[in-house]
Amino acid sequence: MKLKSLMLLTTGAAFAATGAMADGHMAGSMTLVSWGGAYQTSQTRAYSDPYAAMHEGLEVIWDESSAEAVARLRAMNEAGNITWDLVDVVAADAMRLCDEGLAMEIDHDEMLAPAPDGTPASEDFGEFIVSDCFIPQIVYSTTFGYRNDIAEWNGAEPDSVCAIFDTENFPGQRSLERRPIANLEWALICDGVAIEDVYDTLETEEGLERAFAMLDTIKDQTVWWSAGADTPQLLADGEVAIGSTYNGRLFSLIEEQGQPVNMLWDWQMFDLDGWIIPAGLPEDRLARTLDFVRFATDTQRLADQALYISYGPTRASSAPLVGDHADLGIPMAPHMPTDPANAQNTFLFNYEWWADYRDDMDARFQAWLAQ
Amino acid sequence: MSDATQDGPVLAADGRPLKRSLARALRAQKLRALMLIAPLLIFILVTFIAPIVDMLFRSVENQIVSETLPRTVVALDEWDPSDLPEDDVYAALALDFYAATERRQHTRLGSRLNYETTGMSSLFRKTGRGVDDIGEIYTDQFVDLNEQWEDPLFWLPLVSDTGWLASRPAEGEDRPLSLFRIDAEFGASFPRAAEAYEVFARTIQETDGDDPAEEEPWHLVYAALYHDLMAIHDSGEGAEGLGRFDGPVFVAALEAVPGFETQSYRDAFEDIDEDWLDLEVWGTIEAFSDPFTAGYFLSSVDLQLTPQGIEAQPEDQRLYLLLFWRTLFMSGVITISCILLGYPIAYLLSNLPTRTSNLLLILVLLPFWTSLLVRTSAWKVLLQQQGVINDILVWIGLVADDSRLALINNQTGTIIAMTHILLPFMILPMFSVMKTIPPSYVRAAKSLGATNFTAFRRVYFPQSIPGIGAGCILVFILAIGYYITPELVGGRTGTFISNRIAFHISSSLNWGLAAALGSILLAVVLVLYWLYDRIVGIDNVKLG
Repeated sequence: MKLKSLMLLTTGAAFAATGAMADGHMAGSMTLVSWGGAYQTSQTRAYSDPYAAMHEGLEVIWDESSAEAVARLRAMNEAGNITWDLVDVVAADAMRLCDEGLAMEIDHDEMLAPAPDGTPASEDFGEFIVSDCFIPQIVYSTTFGYRNDIAEWNGAEPDSVCAIFDTENFPGQRSLERRPIANLEWALICDGVAIEDVYDTLETEEGLERAFAMLDTIKDQTVWWSAGADTPQLLADGEVAIGSTYNGRLFSLIEEQGQPVNMLWDWQMFDLDGWIIPAGLPEDRLARTLDFVRFATDTQRLADQALYISYGPTRASSAPLVGDHADLGIPMAPHMPTDPANAQNTFLFNYEWWADYRDDMDARFQAWLAQ
Repeated sequence: MSDATQDGPVLAADGRPLKRSLARALRAQKLRALMLIAPLLIFILVTFIAPIVDMLFRSVENQIVSETLPRTVVALDEWDPSDLPEDDVYAALALDFYAATERRQHTRLGSRLNYETTGMSSLFRKTGRGVDDIGEIYTDQFVDLNEQWEDPLFWLPLVSDTGWLASRPAEGEDRPLSLFRIDAEFGASFPRAAEAYEVFARTIQETDGDDPAEEEPWHLVYAALYHDLMAIHDSGEGAEGLGRFDGPVFVAALEAVPGFETQSYRDAFEDIDEDWLDLEVWGTIEAFSDPFTAGYFLSSVDLQLTPQGIEAQPEDQRLYLLLFWRTLFMSGVITISCILLGYPIAYLLSNLPTRTSNLLLILVLLPFWTSLLVRTSAWKVLLQQQGVINDILVWIGLVADDSRLALINNQTGTIIAMTHILLPFMILPMFSVMKTIPPSYVRAAKSLGATNFTAFRRVYFPQSIPGIGAGCILVFILAIGYYITPELVGGRTGTFISNRIAFHISSSLNWGLAAALGSILLAVVLVLYWLYDRIVGIDNVKLG
């Protein structure tokens, strides 16, 4: 209590002294956590470099630990020593962290910048605010890439996601993610279930068996991946004919590496990635983090990130600002999963449903895989 | 016999018995030795043993239910699982849930219980959003009766302990407020309202640092007061039953309550989510209300804890026994292939001139200088169907182009890659033991007429067994806990139990289950070690 009032007093004093030192009450360094690789580079170039240029002397530390962020945050919380200031996680993890009380609740309208036309942030992000703790950043999708040089396909090209179950017309190995999410949905869609009935069907025993029966038809011809880099490598080596992965990985496989691979956008599953602020940050670090987040998630910055990687901005107001790729010089809009031409058949990761069924479905799925 | 002439024990020079004096000297020596290793011992205890014990403890720990829903758990003690709980259980749940929501703990409990029963996660999240409506109907009627009821300052003097009231900091005084205490007399007249108010006051104090003097009580306080007043009304004592609270406001309330519109707690929960009328939900809360649970261990062996007792998991969800068995089996196969590949190499190394053998030894150690991930990824390139090995086999004509061998993303891949990675751990102990076997023994055997094979089998091999034993223990124990390589090359049939442990630690956050799986794995290793000691003898293990 005493410490808190002392801190309030000092922050108050710092506020009073503003002018000469605009951010004197903010910490002089911040630790950002992300996924590494091309994605983190895009964040560095679009967000943290310009921010650091505006704030002289600020030290920005990047940690490539997002893959184990949930477990690490819990361990930090139990140890009472939070060393991270801002963490990039997928929306499902943000929800989990929020449920566990490990992430701070966000008042989106107050903490985030409005759109240039004055639309409040919560409307600009719209349905992408899937959890009270989640600050959306990009939309990515899990979708398919296929090799376009397979002789056995006799020139046919898949135009539907159901090609993965069509081993007659499209023979060859497949690759799918080693988890139930998206695979069960695709299996049911290709078994003739309408998208709006998919989750109701999965909740029933017969529906689930239907989905697994569909997956059974390709179980032995499928490489089950767990790292996003697997499918691009398998496609490039000709190890699989068609496989699912994140659309950004396929973009760099096709556009940057020039591999004979095409995109199949049909029934891509949208997923979101964004920031969470760990619960329990000290005031000065929290002030710094909030200041950075406000900057890094404004309309222009989100549009800027799409110059470096083919993931769509989550703000409605950012979409028209997306320009050409910074290095390749090609227009990025047609490569966005949210581009109208690509988004004819899509579904968004059903976070609420999977939060409930994930443990159960995962046990079923892993048991099914192992047998 | 000179001893026989002495009576009593042998004495030292200072007159004490020699035995005791010796023991004393030894004890001092041991203590000194212990002091010398104390820093290391403490270091290991603190950084190694303690975290492991803490992790293992999680496999049975389950305080979260009784800490988050303390009153509900107590109220459930007398519940008959064949029927829905009484309304007082729902009342306890409402109060617990309201407090847990304020403390933002309800979703944590929801995720915990979701490991056991699907749907708990969203049920708890949804209930957290709706719980503050429970009892609103009573608040409105009390306020309609008299507006004083919504004034925090009307409540405070009535319900607060006089000592606590006196200890409140004065205006402008910068002193923290001590934790709220309820007035004993109020508690005697209105037990439910007193409990609800105390939970309300303490919760807002502890979570947001708010002062009960400035906050309107929760609706639940009004609901509880309604039930207290009804109890007084039903007892027929009239205004007498109000005790010292027989002011006009209370008397008016006592007269009005029989005409109040009511809503049972159960109906209120049903309005939020009808799953609260599901026996399975209550069964799960009841089954996991103990502070310690065997549930995680049961799940680890494909059983489950249900309100009806222990049951087997449905067939299509059984996973862990299969994985334990597979882990042991594949670790065994990997160990054996390490022996088969490693023995000739170690033999060669130990019989070559030092200069050559050192060079070869570096080659054995070389893989250690390369990252594990790189080595594993290299196996992918080699073993995949469009990979180097298959290409060569097709080129030679051993394998047809359309039936290339599946060497990776299955058990074969895991065994090949892990044998390669663990081979040095087999070769090194074997090499250092073989180095110590004098070549003259084999020569002597041969000079006595043994053939090469007999000399090897009867003389050389038995002496090299301690090295094999040490190598086996090292490789087997390392293999059992491996998870990166199986994850990358194991596909669906070549993954280990450690992959599931890693999943539960980092992804599903089910640390209890991960701890239980880890404990079982640890126990299995210890049992195997004990068996090894009984059969081979641990004294026969040498690292050099």
